[in-house]
Amino acid sequence: MSEANTSEIRIAGFGGQGVILAGMILGKGATIFENRHATLVQSFGPEARGGSCSAQVVLSDQPIAYPYVARPRILVAMSQEAFERFAPDLAPNGLLVYEQDLVKVHDLRPDLRSFGIPATRIAEELRRRMVLNIVMVGFVAAVTGLVGVEAARKAVVDSVPKGTEHLNVTAFDKGCEYGRRLIAGGPAGEGKA
Amino acid sequence: MQADRIGVLTGVHFIDGDFAAAEGAIAAGCRFAAGYPITPSTEVVERLASRFPFVGGLFIQMEDEIASSIAIQGAVWAGAKAITVSSGPGISLMAEHIGYAAMTETPCVFVNVQRGGPSTGLPTLPGQADVMQARWGSHGDYAIIALCPNSPQEAFDLAVTAFNFAERYRSPVMLLLDECIGHMLEKVVIPPADEIEVVPRRLTEKKPGDYLPYLPGDNMVPEMVKAGMGHRFHITGLTHDERGYPVMTAAAQEKLVRRLVDKIRLASRDLALYEARWLDDAEVVVLSYGITSRVVHRAVEVARERGAKVGQLRLKTIWPFPEHLIDQLLGGRVRSIVVPELNLGQLVLEVERTTRGRAKVVPIGHAGGTVHEVGVIVEAILEAAK
Repeated sequence: MSEANTSEIRIAGFGGQGVILAGMILGKGATIFENRHATLVQSFGPEARGGSCSAQVVLSDQPIAYPYVARPRILVAMSQEAFERFAPDLAPNGLLVYEQDLVKVHDLRPDLRSFGIPATRIAEELRRRMVLNIVMVGFVAAVTGLVGVEAARKAVVDSVPKGTEHLNVTAFDKGCEYGRRLIAGGPAGEGKA
Repeated sequence: MQADRIGVLTGVHFIDGDFAAAEGAIAAGCRFAAGYPITPSTEVVERLASRFPFVGGLFIQMEDEIASSIAIQGAVWAGAKAITVSSGPGISLMAEHIGYAAMTETPCVFVNVQRGGPSTGLPTLPGQADVMQARWGSHGDYAIIALCPNSPQEAFDLAVTAFNFAERYRSPVMLLLDECIGHMLEKVVIPPADEIEVVPRRLTEKKPGDYLPYLPGDNMVPEMVKAGMGHRFHITGLTHDERGYPVMTAAAQEKLVRRLVDKIRLASRDLALYEARWLDDAEVVVLSYGITSRVVHRAVEVARERGAKVGQLRLKTIWPFPEHLIDQLLGGRVRSIVVPELNLGQLVLEVERTTRGRAKVVPIGHAGGTVHEVGVIVEAILEAAK
């Protein structure tokens, strides 16, 4: 699937963390604001909160026939369970992006790169823990380049409840900024476990 | 005629199949919905409920699915286009009134976002095991139209088509999504209203007294009226004559029920929507519908790379079953038809029936809960191509 500039991503965590919304923002950024294509397939249990929840996202310059992701290039892990379950499936030379207070990374395959962010803490500093997924989206946009930062920011504004745009954009920018600093830090930021 | 601009959210969206089906319904002119929530179909009515206040529509959350399925028919006879939405267990409760809609020739749309069954089964996981229920779910002889989208875009498009078919044939139409399509988000482009063709209700111009509510017109379909036009007659699920009065005779039964079945069955070619790929050199054809067709797409690509002469036939209309498409496939190179579906063998029975031994039919059953593995379909293709 490398032709047509296609990327396969899995985002996983607990129900209630905003896993699906995070995937939706990436897809919306790509489709509506970059005129590309995206699919998002979601899986979750019958519980409203607390159960495991994941989204399979494919982004491409071309229409996407097959929306499932067996070996994602990127895993965004927002819970320990998500890491344990999905990290082994990462494609060779894949990228792990994780919430570093919720995920203890161990035994990572040597071909994989990883970037961690304390997204929950950053969200708590904004006094709204629930925006951790938006912090994560900003971080993902900055460290992966999957979706342009501007497109992703517009998708955030387009996706959140009216009246919360400022809070969410702030959360997005914090995540983005953290990611940029980590990358600028070079190898010191990478491979961190 | 063209869609009413007020209902059409022209533009590019990134939405799931449930929302897209709701937008398609609104674009088609649907202004009444009744329903009772059930995963994975709830988002359809959530969307309708949030959008209807802006387009002059009305949504009622009813006490149950039985009530929902008859409330929409009341709305239709009052002049509205109407929809109800559910999943397996709820559709089972609606079965009585699907037959009522067929018998009274009430144009309306039932959406079934299929989950794993039987019973309450797998609420959040996919199945395609309500295919035969869609055809035969209510008692008695009748025919029905059922459409199966394989993307959110097609959920929009086929929701419009479902309403158009319902009006043209005065029949209930089943829009059969599956949980994957219902909950999958993808780009949906909603065209300008003047590019969306909408079939209006064919209301009679006859005066009260001259109008016979069940006198067949073009295509064996009678003209309709709505409450308030001054016509007085009886709408009944009992066998009735052209005036609508109950007639308890075998002759009336033969005349009515045969027409109800024939008006759909004989229109099969006009109703058959499908997509074909790589049929020119195909010795093996994979027939599929709904989400399974997207897994098949990948499997066919892989099998062709490995040298198999395989093509793909994807049905958008599964009922009436497009028998002529099977006839067209056969008589040439095609030796096998492979039929993967998320059930243990339902539509494949129709393929076997219509193939009549002219090709080998290979079912690939799956009990549901997820989609087929690509490799399983590839192996079946390669085996069939030997």
